[in-house]
Amino acid sequence: MRNKHTSRGSLVQRLTLAPYSVWASFFIIVPLIFVAYYAFTDSEFNFTFENITRFFTATSSVTENGVDKEVHTYLVIFGRSLKLAVISTIICLIMGYPIAYIISRASARAQKIMITLIMIPMWMNFLIRTYAWMTILQDTGILNGILESLGLRPVHIIGTEAAVVIGMVYDYFPYMILPIYSVMAKMDIRLIEAARDLGCNSVGVLRRVIWPLSLPGVISGINMVLIPSISTFYISQKLGNGMFYLIGDAIEGQYIANNLHFAAAIAFILMVILLVCMALLQRATSRKTAV
Amino acid sequence: MRKIIELKNITKAYDGQVVLDNINLDIYDNEFLTLLGPSGCGKTTTLRLIGGFESADAGDVIFLGENINDVPPYKRNVNTVFQRYALFPHLNVFENVAFPLREKKVPRDEIEQKVQDMLALVALTGFENRSVTSLSGGQQQRVAIARALISRPKVLLLDEPLAALDLKLRKDMQAELKKIQKATGITFVFVTHDQEEALSMSDTVVVMSEGRIQQIGTPVDIYNEPENAFVADFIGESNILDGVMLSDYRVAFSGHVFDCVDSGFSKREAVDVVVRPEDVDIVAEDKGMLKGVVTSVTFLGVHYEIIVDINGFKWMIQTTDFVDVDEHIGLYIEPDAIHIMKKSEYSGLYGDYSSFSNELDELSDAESESEE
Repeated sequence: MRNKHTSRGSLVQRLTLAPYSVWASFFIIVPLIFVAYYAFTDSEFNFTFENITRFFTATSSVTENGVDKEVHTYLVIFGRSLKLAVISTIICLIMGYPIAYIISRASARAQKIMITLIMIPMWMNFLIRTYAWMTILQDTGILNGILESLGLRPVHIIGTEAAVVIGMVYDYFPYMILPIYSVMAKMDIRLIEAARDLGCNSVGVLRRVIWPLSLPGVISGINMVLIPSISTFYISQKLGNGMFYLIGDAIEGQYIANNLHFAAAIAFILMVILLVCMALLQRATSRKTAV
Repeated sequence: MRKIIELKNITKAYDGQVVLDNINLDIYDNEFLTLLGPSGCGKTTTLRLIGGFESADAGDVIFLGENINDVPPYKRNVNTVFQRYALFPHLNVFENVAFPLREKKVPRDEIEQKVQDMLALVALTGFENRSVTSLSGGQQQRVAIARALISRPKVLLLDEPLAALDLKLRKDMQAELKKIQKATGITFVFVTHDQEEALSMSDTVVVMSEGRIQQIGTPVDIYNEPENAFVADFIGESNILDGVMLSDYRVAFSGHVFDCVDSGFSKREAVDVVVRPEDVDIVAEDKGMLKGVVTSVTFLGVHYEIIVDINGFKWMIQTTDFVDVDEHIGLYIEPDAIHIMKKSEYSGLYGDYSSFSNELDELSDAESESEE
């Protein structure tokens, strides 16, 4: 339903909101304007599209299977980022959804404990978490130590895409669980009973009631994992041995090389692409849920 | 009549707290049966046992002669109208009602036909595409009923379905539920704490308290022949007095010997005596079997409700004659207005109106409390 009369609120109401408005505009809007401003200017601060076009046209030569070829540098990097981020998000969803469901059906006490356990890793700096994974995944690391002591063959993971995905999944896993869990915890248990009463077995209940009603949580979970993992940096440098240069690394690289305008342009393009993706996702699911 | 459901020696406890204590109940084909009792009496748990949402610690649930203790809800030929309807918010009215049929993979045009029939039965034709969240309480109620009836269950369980509706709508829905039950011939098991609702709708009323069945009977039986002080007090208004059976048809209470219609008690057996407020006639003081002082008068439209103090025991009397506060009156009671009950654990707990509250007797209340 559309609300034609949006109440404007009393003066007092608007005044009490003022500190937040100021805060929001200062720390959210203004920085965004700066990013856009840098993205569309050159080092002399003259208006230019050059940074944007460079993102789409810059090429470099790579050697793949012994063959030299020219590729679009940043499009390849973006594609690689997208691929790893999507894989990580899917893994987070597949693992996180059942866990969120199990937690939401546990006793209040057990819920508290499990949520705390899931959040504890988030209290540690992600650089430290990434280093921890390095020591686990290294060729002479903890994982291979365990495998060898069990008499199994060691595996080579560090420096592969798998290692980068493991790092991303580990870092962003809680962001998938928490929104899904909060939607499921609020779900009326009687809806599940009603579905069982009306002829659904466990699979039917999940497919026809729990899943559609948890979609808002799933969407925000996807948003919260996909967006940071697409723009992540450092994880790939450390766990991927620098073999998988990602878009976040590209931004960081340009920034460190004091190339602020191009760094801003990459960030700007990434932002636009993500906004479009999210809008499409939102529309697709809202059409499905609101009949 | 054919037995549809039998509950046999059902016992259930949560954390050591007994909620159902040896429940035995037969539910027959095509009957409107009401489980009536105050909150915490076990009526909803009984319903959930039949629905399959709870399992008993001991005892059996029999459905058409078959033990269904371990049958999950989705395999039971029983459907439930939940307390707050539990409609699926992500589905519209049509899809909510069609929900059970879609699960059974019923052909598309058959679903269309059945849903339309059901919506017509609950007077919701034209609401197919409405979102259930945009409906009023009464309309949501109807969707819930249509959804529960569409699979033609043998038994429909209703868990306080009218509790959330306002009085006028509740009256309409009572009549409508009764009509639907007659039209479909499906057995209704209805849970309520509202005794008026129970009396007006049911074929059979099951009065429950503290996890035990207190009485099973027709509404008239339950009202006129209550089994014990709890039932007498819970169903309607009752003056419940300590009495002694002198012999068959002779009972003494309130310092007077009355003729009555009850027999079969042992000589000088202590009993509970029930006198309904509407069965007491007010007469001049010198002509009364009992004498008392009016302590409060409340006008209720159809009649006055007055509280009369007789030797310290407060009676409630309903009368169409006006009497004033502090007036001395006599009471006359016909033999068939007196109902005698065996003493029970509920004796002495109910049936005295000294704590009956309304503005007029606040003063006397304060007095009686300070005396204790």
